[in-house]
Amino acid sequence: MAGFVAEFGVLWGTLLAVAQVLAVMVMLLLTLAFILLFDRKVWAAVQMRKGPNVVGPFGLLQSFADFFKFVFKEIVIPAGANKTVFILAPLMTLVLAFAAWAVVPIAPGWVISDLNVGILYLFAISSLGVYGIIMGGWASNSKYPFLGSLRSAAQMVSYEVSIGFVIITVLLLVGSMNLTAIVSNQADGVWAWHAFAWPTVFVMFPMFVIFFISALAETNRPPFDLPEAESELVAGYQVEYSSTPYLLFMIGEYLNIVLMCAMIAILFLGGWHPPWGPIESAPLPGWAVPIAGFLVLYAKIWFVFFLFAMVKAIVPRYRYDQLMRLGWKVFLPTALAAVIAVGAYRVHEVAAARAAPAAIMEMTGG
Amino acid sequence: MLAGMAFYTLAAVAVVAALGVVSSRNPVHSVLFLILTFFTAAGLFVLIGAEFLAMLLVVVYVGAVAVLFLFVVMMLDVDFVELRQGFLNYLPLGALIALVLLGQIGLVASAVLQNQAVQLNPDATAQLAATNAEAVGSVLYTRYVLVFQLSGLVLFVAMIGAIVLTLRSRVGVKKQSVSRQVGRRRQDAVGLKDVRPGQGLG
Repeated sequence: MAGFVAEFGVLWGTLLAVAQVLAVMVMLLLTLAFILLFDRKVWAAVQMRKGPNVVGPFGLLQSFADFFKFVFKEIVIPAGANKTVFILAPLMTLVLAFAAWAVVPIAPGWVISDLNVGILYLFAISSLGVYGIIMGGWASNSKYPFLGSLRSAAQMVSYEVSIGFVIITVLLLVGSMNLTAIVSNQADGVWAWHAFAWPTVFVMFPMFVIFFISALAETNRPPFDLPEAESELVAGYQVEYSSTPYLLFMIGEYLNIVLMCAMIAILFLGGWHPPWGPIESAPLPGWAVPIAGFLVLYAKIWFVFFLFAMVKAIVPRYRYDQLMRLGWKVFLPTALAAVIAVGAYRVHEVAAARAAPAAIMEMTGG
Repeated sequence: MLAGMAFYTLAAVAVVAALGVVSSRNPVHSVLFLILTFFTAAGLFVLIGAEFLAMLLVVVYVGAVAVLFLFVVMMLDVDFVELRQGFLNYLPLGALIALVLLGQIGLVASAVLQNQAVQLNPDATAQLAATNAEAVGSVLYTRYVLVFQLSGLVLFVAMIGAIVLTLRSRVGVKKQSVSRQVGRRRQDAVGLKDVRPGQGLG
């Protein structure tokens, strides 16, 4: 995409780039509408209910009905609220949630910006997500939102640490921070995926699990939804929000969840490569390869989201001190040890790869 | 042209936000302006091709340090009106520091204008072809490894100091011991007693 301006001139190049960004955004929003419904349907199925089934066939249009309901409501701003920050907070959540998708490669060659430091960018943007929540909680000028936002900030900052270390283990294995390179490293079928690759599977599979659980905590999903634990805090930082600002918070939250699903799929589950080998080796015409790759990645994202939804349905909520203990005393040391182990393995592997040609030379020469 | 536009936008936002940090009445707004300043500085880093440093700036300062700042400022019940009484007394000192900084920037700028800044670190310039992170790493872990390790040690000592200063062990606090909780068996906790009617367990 970077070449658009050079290729088509300033006007058409910029327009094409904007059109591409818009296409990704529309795709994301549509995905979001159905993934929200899917979440509720899974939840309902576990509890032997039917879930939303009135709006449209099988309730397919439920999310759109909810959307219009939110948009047509009146925006209520509390009298004591700090108006600018109050409005800014949901906007920030939404913008950051969308901005993160700029570097996610959604198919071979399909990426808005192929940054060299793509994974760091994702990490940076997701660490900014906490501001929307703190600002919203503070600007509401009310007890429960403030307590909720403080909890949420502490929780997100804690789990970011272990997420960071898990990302480092993947980076060590790949040797690059580019997301496309991370996916290409897992091309050779399911046994090359970082979660299952031999012999690092003993370290990387636990890392995969830690990343999954930390992703739940990072996105305030159950069983770690303490910022909005309705039995303790009404609805956490969102108490004073209504109508469209509330909708923006919800969209931002769900976008972050889908982003985490995509990150799990890209970092650990082979990205757009199917389980039996690289997507490029599939018997497809050249133009269909990116589309097929996109569908594979899309299916993986939905699968990971299904796991998220199942966790929400079957696991009871954690207590706050248990949450902190898990993050700091269990995940952080484990992830640190894993970084050391993977680092040692890589040093050994690189040294062996360097020594091998030299040894062959010696043998043939002697 | 696009890069120039981006530079002037980012620079203008950075300057305005920096002014906002010192001039806004509400301390939380000050911190938010500070975050905006960090963010635009990261944008400037990206413009000069140092994307690795830019991302680190965002992760470390905006994502972690400023969050704690914001936390503290929101939680503390400080009378900021009183705190700002002697605000203008610091103006001469601040102006002095600003002048020194301006002089230093001027020195660097004049050196660049006379083409004398090209003799940079040879290790770093040799790595210009490699990616950002590789260039930083290959200098940091070879030539400056001692300084790097020492600064890490300083941070470590500071961290231990912070813990020592704030740690207080209270008596009589009931703590959850997860291993004991999990290790508890049925026979340790439940017993079957044959209670005769009207006598109780005595």
